[in-house]
Amino acid sequence: MSQTVVNQTANRVSFDQVEVGQKLPELIIDVTAEQIVAGAMASRDYQDVHHDKEKAQALGSPDIFMNILTTNGLVGRFVTDWSGPEGMLKKVNIKLGAPNYPGDSMRLVGKVTEKQQKDDQNLVEVSVIGKNSMGSHVTGTVLVALPLA
Amino acid sequence: MTDQNNNKELEARMAETVGVRVGPHRSWDPVNQPMIRHWAQAMGDQNPMYTDAEYAAKSSEGSTIAPPTMLQAWTMRGVTGQHAPGTKERTEAQPYVLNILDEYGFVGVVAVNCDQEYFRTLKPGDDISHYMEIESISERKDTALGSGYFVTELWTFVDQNEEKVGEMRFRLLKFIPPKSDNKPKASSADQQNKSAKAKKAVRPRPGINRDNRFFWDGLKEGKLLIQRCKSCETLRHPPSPMCPSCRSLERDAVEASGNGVIHSFVNLHHPALPAFDEPNPIALVELEEGTRLVAGLVGIEPEDVKIGMSVKAEITQCDEELTLALFRPVEA
Repeated sequence: MSQTVVNQTANRVSFDQVEVGQKLPELIIDVTAEQIVAGAMASRDYQDVHHDKEKAQALGSPDIFMNILTTNGLVGRFVTDWSGPEGMLKKVNIKLGAPNYPGDSMRLVGKVTEKQQKDDQNLVEVSVIGKNSMGSHVTGTVLVALPLA
Repeated sequence: MTDQNNNKELEARMAETVGVRVGPHRSWDPVNQPMIRHWAQAMGDQNPMYTDAEYAAKSSEGSTIAPPTMLQAWTMRGVTGQHAPGTKERTEAQPYVLNILDEYGFVGVVAVNCDQEYFRTLKPGDDISHYMEIESISERKDTALGSGYFVTELWTFVDQNEEKVGEMRFRLLKFIPPKSDNKPKASSADQQNKSAKAKKAVRPRPGINRDNRFFWDGLKEGKLLIQRCKSCETLRHPPSPMCPSCRSLERDAVEASGNGVIHSFVNLHHPALPAFDEPNPIALVELEEGTRLVAGLVGIEPEDVKIGMSVKAEITQCDEELTLALFRPVEA
């Protein structure tokens, strides 16, 4: 899978720095069978369509495909890759679309849509779209709490 | 009539399942570092809060945390399919609405939304359980996949002290697949489109006729052509059989330089089409030869498009069959 090497400890985005409309660095995920299986196992999801190509094909899919928990994990990673480790995920809301099959690639893009301070938290809302060759795999919004300054 | 009666019976049975809380479903293991590490590696996630004990010890959390998106993973049953000890199983008085829908032929299933909210961070040692209830069931809807019902499940995650740590709303569509063979094909509440093969999204095809064929053929040869009246030499676009100036039916074509300016534009937000970016910037380009054409813009963010901007045509082979003139802004 794509390993965009980021020095996470050096990454730090504060609430004060963020502007509505600001774009996040995009993240390209090269989807492979290995990655789909690794994500399914790490999330303890043993549905056959996520590791057994023949069974996936018997159900009408061309190949195995990524499970939802992995999509959640990647969307969360996409946002904290940008925010840095002080950013804390509060909500991840996603809508699911075209499946991620091996050999495809998904491009995650996002931008800041709202900033608000609530209950002593500095909350930033990010809208996220992950597209593969067939269209949107995932669209959603993520709420992340950032350090103030 | 039978159908309607069936619907009534089904909907009555489904209504009884709404709000019935099932669980707790226990975890096989408490939140632990090895599972967190596997997850972080599978996601390619290098966040030190998850795996770097030294870094995390100095953070406001004081120790490593589990990736919040891992919430659902803790209580998954795993490869044996068995519930973890301590789980309170569903009783006969608590039928699962998805199984009821199977009985009535709504055997197709596709996940639509997954919304997670995290009330606190989870750390190694936390012991997670979840409860699940059906929060709502829609009216019967006709969808592109087939006729069916949207079911929203509410999962509540609690810790060892029965305190709420997170919540998940999982919305799925249970539908009658077209030409259903009435066998439950997919038991997974997961994303799949059973009938469709993986198909690359392509741009729509142009309608080609005798009047405009030269234009599309020209693009395949790398030329942007403009129709010209052979009698009065007036240029026109889009192609048409008769000159609007002198009514001559005689025509040929000239090659455009490709230079132009944005006369007007739209950023198309809706509907979102798979082959295009969203929003999709589309311009009415005035060529330096004087005619205008509608074309997609490349190399520019939608919010930066301005009327009057200079652009240059890029003849682009979009796929095996389709070549288009797209326009890219020219540095002033």
